[in-house]
Amino acid sequence: MSAQMIEISYREAVREAIREALNRDPRVFLMGEDVGRYGGCYAVSKGLYDEFGPERIRDAPLSEAGFTGAGIGAALGGLRPIVEVMTVNFSLLALDQIVNNAATLRHMSGGQFSVPLVIRMACGAGKQLAAQHSHSLEGWYAHVPGIKVLAPATLEDARGMLWSALEDPDPVVIFEHVMLYNRSGQLAADAGAVPIEGAAVRREGGDVTLITYGGSLFKTLEAADTLAADGIAAEVIDLRCLRPLDDATLMASVARTHRAVIIDEGWRSGSLAAEISARLMEQAFWELDAPVGRVCSAEVPIPYPKHLEDAAVPQTDDIVAAARAVLNR
Amino acid sequence: MSRLYRMPSLGSDMEAGTLIEWVRQPGDRLAKGDVIAVIETQKGAIEVEVFHDAVMGRPLIQVGDKVPVGSPMAELEDASAAPALRPATGIPATHAPEPGPAVAEAGTRTSERIADQAGHRIGHRAGTGTAAQRRRASPAARRLADARGIALDAIEGSGPRGAVVLADVHAATGTTPTTEAASPPRGHLDLAAMRQAIAAAMSRSKREIPHYYLSHDIDLTAATDWLTARNAQLPPDQRLLLGALLIKAVALSLDKFPELNGFDRDGHFEPAQGVHIGCATAIRGGGLVAPALHDADQLQLPTLMTRLRDLVGRVRSGGLRASELSDPTITVSSLGERGVDRLYGIIYPPQVAIVGFGTPALRPWVQDGQVVPRNIVTATLSADHRHSDGHRGALFLARVGQRLQEPDTL
Amino acid sequence: MSIRETDGDHSHLGDKLHLDRAHALHLLREMLRIRQFEERCAELYTEEKIRGFLHLYTGEEAIAVGVMQGLTGSDAVVATYREHGHAIARGLPMTRLMAEMYGKREGVSRGRGGSMHVFDADSRFYGGNAIVGGGLPLAVGLALADRLLGRAQVTACFFGEGAAAEGAFHESLNLAALWQLPVLFVCENNLYAMGTALERSESETAIARKAESYRIPAAAVDGMDVIAIEAAARRALAEIRAGGGPRFLECRTYRFRAHSMFDAQLYRDKAEVEAWKQKGPLLRFRQWLQEAGMLSAAEVEHLEAEVAEEVAAAVAFAEAGQWEPVEDLARDVYTEQPA
Repeated sequence: MSAQMIEISYREAVREAIREALNRDPRVFLMGEDVGRYGGCYAVSKGLYDEFGPERIRDAPLSEAGFTGAGIGAALGGLRPIVEVMTVNFSLLALDQIVNNAATLRHMSGGQFSVPLVIRMACGAGKQLAAQHSHSLEGWYAHVPGIKVLAPATLEDARGMLWSALEDPDPVVIFEHVMLYNRSGQLAADAGAVPIEGAAVRREGGDVTLITYGGSLFKTLEAADTLAADGIAAEVIDLRCLRPLDDATLMASVARTHRAVIIDEGWRSGSLAAEISARLMEQAFWELDAPVGRVCSAEVPIPYPKHLEDAAVPQTDDIVAAARAVLNR
Repeated sequence: MSRLYRMPSLGSDMEAGTLIEWVRQPGDRLAKGDVIAVIETQKGAIEVEVFHDAVMGRPLIQVGDKVPVGSPMAELEDASAAPALRPATGIPATHAPEPGPAVAEAGTRTSERIADQAGHRIGHRAGTGTAAQRRRASPAARRLADARGIALDAIEGSGPRGAVVLADVHAATGTTPTTEAASPPRGHLDLAAMRQAIAAAMSRSKREIPHYYLSHDIDLTAATDWLTARNAQLPPDQRLLLGALLIKAVALSLDKFPELNGFDRDGHFEPAQGVHIGCATAIRGGGLVAPALHDADQLQLPTLMTRLRDLVGRVRSGGLRASELSDPTITVSSLGERGVDRLYGIIYPPQVAIVGFGTPALRPWVQDGQVVPRNIVTATLSADHRHSDGHRGALFLARVGQRLQEPDTL
Repeated sequence: MSIRETDGDHSHLGDKLHLDRAHALHLLREMLRIRQFEERCAELYTEEKIRGFLHLYTGEEAIAVGVMQGLTGSDAVVATYREHGHAIARGLPMTRLMAEMYGKREGVSRGRGGSMHVFDADSRFYGGNAIVGGGLPLAVGLALADRLLGRAQVTACFFGEGAAAEGAFHESLNLAALWQLPVLFVCENNLYAMGTALERSESETAIARKAESYRIPAAAVDGMDVIAIEAAARRALAEIRAGGGPRFLECRTYRFRAHSMFDAQLYRDKAEVEAWKQKGPLLRFRQWLQEAGMLSAAEVEHLEAEVAEEVAAAVAFAEAGQWEPVEDLARDVYTEQPA
């Protein structure tokens, strides 16, 4: 009964999701810098301009606040915009619109207006793009009530989260880690929408829970392989959705393993990892058999040279070491 | 004149308690009912209260100490005689020569933490009067050791920085860690420990109490019709549930049957002063408690319903008062909508009776010579044959049934 | 493309604006409603009935009233944190507006917004935005939606001259012009961005010229003259509806009251304020109507009494309103979806 599988990259999966959305709903359009003729900074929208034309694959000038705000206005006006902000660093120029408008309009209007907007952006380090193009600021966004924050790591999620996000009546921010775009794998040819809530257990194990998301998922799964070779069974949880967080899945896992390590490419101070650690203390303290461990980025702007960039962000060896530390093995 | 505050018994199955917090400090004035400390038990952390006006005197045990029920915990000074030793601001009076153990403990933890951060291990600060350094142990190991009654000091630690971890406690007790999926944690209620407590109480009950069992079908049609009509006029949060009616009917029926409402004290019956119904309440994920709904016979139905909701809510959130666990004079267990006809309860010692209700359902019923569908519930009574017999028990159950035919008198 | 100046002389308007007596009285009444509503708000603020920031529109009423005359019910309005006047002129009920000022559940935004965040879905009133310049991108997006959905609607976007210093202003004007979107930008130039005078914050103080640089046809209008504003707005709206893309109105005005209630007004002279008050929109328009024989002193008195009654009823409505229960605190953060 297995569906027909196709070989596909993460980039193509996102593109297929956008194409499907454009075909399914005439209210959907893609707007952002160089999404059209250029084909997208990360080539995600390559070919869509020719297929759907300039009205629905809308090149915007370099004005992040302007076109993100216009996306919010268009959502208020009845459309279902997908705003692509080239990378998370540029989204800081649109932060006012996202935090002060998208996240608040429903509340400020006493429930009269919803903002059915999807904002996609690339994030993360690993391509030697240096300090202004390597941020992991997902945790900042996840801090803000009124928006939902997604981090698809797998092909299924890259393919399936967009449509669910577009169907959601509230603003959804989707983070696509730059190191995932080239990852390829098998995906069911008829893969479709997936829920945009809840974490997923990507690997089961009883000794330690490794909690991660986005670009760190595959490093964490690799670490779990290494640990398995030494007889340590690590459970790997992919958060998928960074706001709201799926506490139940995390607590259930830690209640089994009694140990947790959080892997988060954000800087440690005030990070999403800090939030999760606090929740484990609040809700699973009496289950813990060791202090919660964290593997986060070093507290430096991400440097340009490869060896320093590698040293700055979580790597498989760091994850293995952190897991061993909480197990004292 | 001083008295001793002793580790209270909060249930027949409680043998000891661990002090986890002194809520009040030496010199504090305590009014009857004030919470003085928080005690960790198998059923979670419970606030314990004083029952007379007093002034808190010298503590006799320290945070972390586990002592048997009845052991002195602190001295209590006579409220009228003793001047307040400590100003209300919480600043120790200058003439108090020693810091209280609770203060010393807090200070110790802070210094330990700072030392930990710096990568050092330090011994206990001298002169505080506390004997040994607090053993480093994981919360999970601490909890298991407590449940198994093992001192952490006796266990070799293999965890990070020598901490005692779960595996060490298992090794020390010769048990193996369970591999089945654990229930999600809730507060610090320990389900494994609770299961042990229930096991101990129920085993004792079956071993010591000669139960007899009665069963009686009751037509609830009048009661449910009355309830439906009444609820139709009320917002959802004020509606009455059938369970409240059942509890009230039992409570009111006890007035003529005092031998079912009280305690077995070493084979002698001690009638209770009030009717405090223990409401058996399942805890999500497993386990069960039956905290007291005080003076249930005196409560108007809306008040009874509010108290019942509050009680059930606090069972789930873990905020039960000590008196609620120790005071029930009889237990009522209702299966609600679980779809089972009847339950035969096991008496919760030292009580002498438990009333059970199955799931109400439409059943054929003979009324005036005709078979008609009526809403029927099966009520049962399990009672202690040392203190009552089947004749009296039957009259009691019948009275509960009659009470339910006149819901507007409840 | 040019910047048109008007001089406040209405004698030539006959062919462009049909100013009959009924319409003139309507304009006067609308301005009076705003004036009296806000004067009462100021009083209620001192009595602690209204809290938070309270920014009053007093002196600028002609702009909201004049522009709204050209809008249809299906057009959209985006305003600022000084938006009570726009809300009243747009037709929001004064009762629910006052309840919003109080923070009561009966308020237009359920009390969640307060003075600065007035919203109304029925009249397509999109706030109530307390970030200077924050509303302009929204207006561009609303207009983009209208364009893409083929709806012949216009979005009127109000903002102060202070917004012209913000990046969002320039980004929005550029986008609207680039995509030829149906937006009427209305700059309420009251000469002070909070306490900073125009010449102390802008290298080019003629705001309309900034719009011109984005190839948006712009006009500078006497913001104290309701007739001039209505005429200019109708003209601009007709051009927008004809597919001409965005238009820009700079209305030169003055706020008679402080920026907000807590403002010592150290940045301007009392004499300057007095001089502007003599040019006030209500005063001038009333005088003009009386001189033209369209309005008697008795009629003015009657009108004022009627409006006072409406304001009193609004206050009574707000006073009688309910506080939202605290249990509802978390509502309207996300859209409630059927389970």
